[in-house]
Amino acid sequence: MVAVEHASSLRAGGRARRRQVVNRVAEGAALVAALSALVILAIVVLSVLKRGAGELSFGFLTQDLPLFGQPGGGIAPLIIGSAVIVAIATAIALPLGVLTALFLSEFASRRVAGPIQLTLDLMNGLPSIIIGVFVFGLLVNGRTQSGYAGGFALSVVMLPLVARSTQEVLRLVPAAQREGALALGASRWRTVVGVVLPSALGGILTGTVLAIARAVGETAPLLFVTSIYANNVQWDPSHALPNMPVQIFIWSESPTPEDHRRAWATALVLLAFVLVTSVLARAALARTRKKLGQT
Amino acid sequence: MPATQMLGGTRRLRDRLGDRLLFLLTLLAALVAVGLMVAIAYKVFRGASLSFSSFGLSFLTSSAWDVNKGVFGALPGLYGTAVTSLMALLIAGPLGIAIALFLSELAPRGVRGVVGPLVEMLAAIPSVVLGLWGILVLGPFVAAHIEPWLHRTFGFIPIFSGDPSSSGVFIAGLVLAIMIVPIVASICRELFLAVPRELEEGALALGATRWEMVRGVVLSSSRPGIAAALILGLGRALGEAIAVTQVIGAGWWIHRSLFDPGDTLASRIASQFQGAPTKLLTSSLFYLAAILLVIGLATNLIAQLIVRRFEFQRTGAD
Repeated sequence: MVAVEHASSLRAGGRARRRQVVNRVAEGAALVAALSALVILAIVVLSVLKRGAGELSFGFLTQDLPLFGQPGGGIAPLIIGSAVIVAIATAIALPLGVLTALFLSEFASRRVAGPIQLTLDLMNGLPSIIIGVFVFGLLVNGRTQSGYAGGFALSVVMLPLVARSTQEVLRLVPAAQREGALALGASRWRTVVGVVLPSALGGILTGTVLAIARAVGETAPLLFVTSIYANNVQWDPSHALPNMPVQIFIWSESPTPEDHRRAWATALVLLAFVLVTSVLARAALARTRKKLGQT
Repeated sequence: MPATQMLGGTRRLRDRLGDRLLFLLTLLAALVAVGLMVAIAYKVFRGASLSFSSFGLSFLTSSAWDVNKGVFGALPGLYGTAVTSLMALLIAGPLGIAIALFLSELAPRGVRGVVGPLVEMLAAIPSVVLGLWGILVLGPFVAAHIEPWLHRTFGFIPIFSGDPSSSGVFIAGLVLAIMIVPIVASICRELFLAVPRELEEGALALGATRWEMVRGVVLSSSRPGIAAALILGLGRALGEAIAVTQVIGAGWWIHRSLFDPGDTLASRIASQFQGAPTKLLTSSLFYLAAILLVIGLATNLIAQLIVRRFEFQRTGAD
């Protein structure tokens, strides 16, 4: 690059010079854009770290929620509640997503697969508040809020993500493996259960972990279906379950600085979980892709 | 078929049953997935029926929101949604495309491997955390430093005429921009990386500078894809409820100044749905959700159709 620049500046026509300058400006702008994204990421993460870390302690992680207006307290019920809700969501979305992906990749003709694929893509783009309103209308209206309803709401978020990532891994399973099994006289289902799924398993699981990382931070689907809860640890999903995103939202709307500190500390726990799991899962996924691509 | 016939009868039967079962099971799952989407639309429209029968389509052009008088309209929310998401798109569009160009054309391999995942990390931040940061860090900063400057310099333009405030439409637009930058950037990067190498090298060999090559080859051949990426980003911004609710300040009106509080369709649902005192209010919020659903589906559908057509064209040309 340097050599080229040098040569053109020797010729140094006004026009060539201007083209070089325009090029330089454009390259600089792209660099600045990338840097600004990194700076914003750093500012957000450091803000959460700086403001959240002070409040974080063993007691904060293990105690019950503070009663209204009381000092102290912790977020143990939020962590447990979020875990239970996400577990329910995974129990629904994982089998449903994997089976849907199997249908699309193993059985459906192009004409059938197209509309189903489109539906999944549209579901993925659905404003998440709509899911909250839907689940409220379906399961909560006229009854009570529950962890089950929350889990179902998050499963709607996860389903298209799991289906999409499974499909991508299934596509990577080498045709030779599949054809080998079929050529040995194995039936369709034996091929799928014995050959295709095992070699795709790693990819499916990391895809699911990514979907979990996305779902655990979703607030809007839970806002009307599991948001009025007790302040102690709850395991039973037939009651409303305390959870991290909704409580961060509630605390962020509160006027007191004490609640803001709690919101920061909870945000730190949530953000750490989300970022660490999604980075690890992404790394694992890249490895799976490489491995499947090579064989 | 002779090979199969040689196998034991029970095995053959089991295989046939197994195949059938697997097919039915996966078919059922696919139908449930599609049914879920239909159920969502049905429930939302059903919930809106009371409000729809009271106000009809004039709901879309009315600015009323009075629980005691029982009159509601969507116009301020439509306005707020349009303004915040367009502002987000105006900021995030060029920024996202520039980041994608940096990652696909400019950055050396090592830098690419670090910056790319970091930009995607930005997308992984939960919206409630971004909203918390927006209201407690970004809002006060912008109100103290950026809005006064905009007001002094561009105050003659109505949108910058208001008094600075740490929550409002302007902050909401900024937060939404941060949310959709990574979406636009990652889709565009994939597009740019898929541009045939020969075309790029051809342009460079003809003496084009890197920018001229990008403008003439990379950008112009990815135009439909870029449009789809922008529309997908727009769709995400339109529907975001939580972060917007946290920073927009709530207000069912149409103010010219961007610094004033406002509301979007999604933020009004998020802030008023819980414990709504009257059936008509609940139903009107469902009506807002139905409008949001239609807009959201329409934007996503357009983007997906562009993507599909574009992919078809590209693979067809190969």
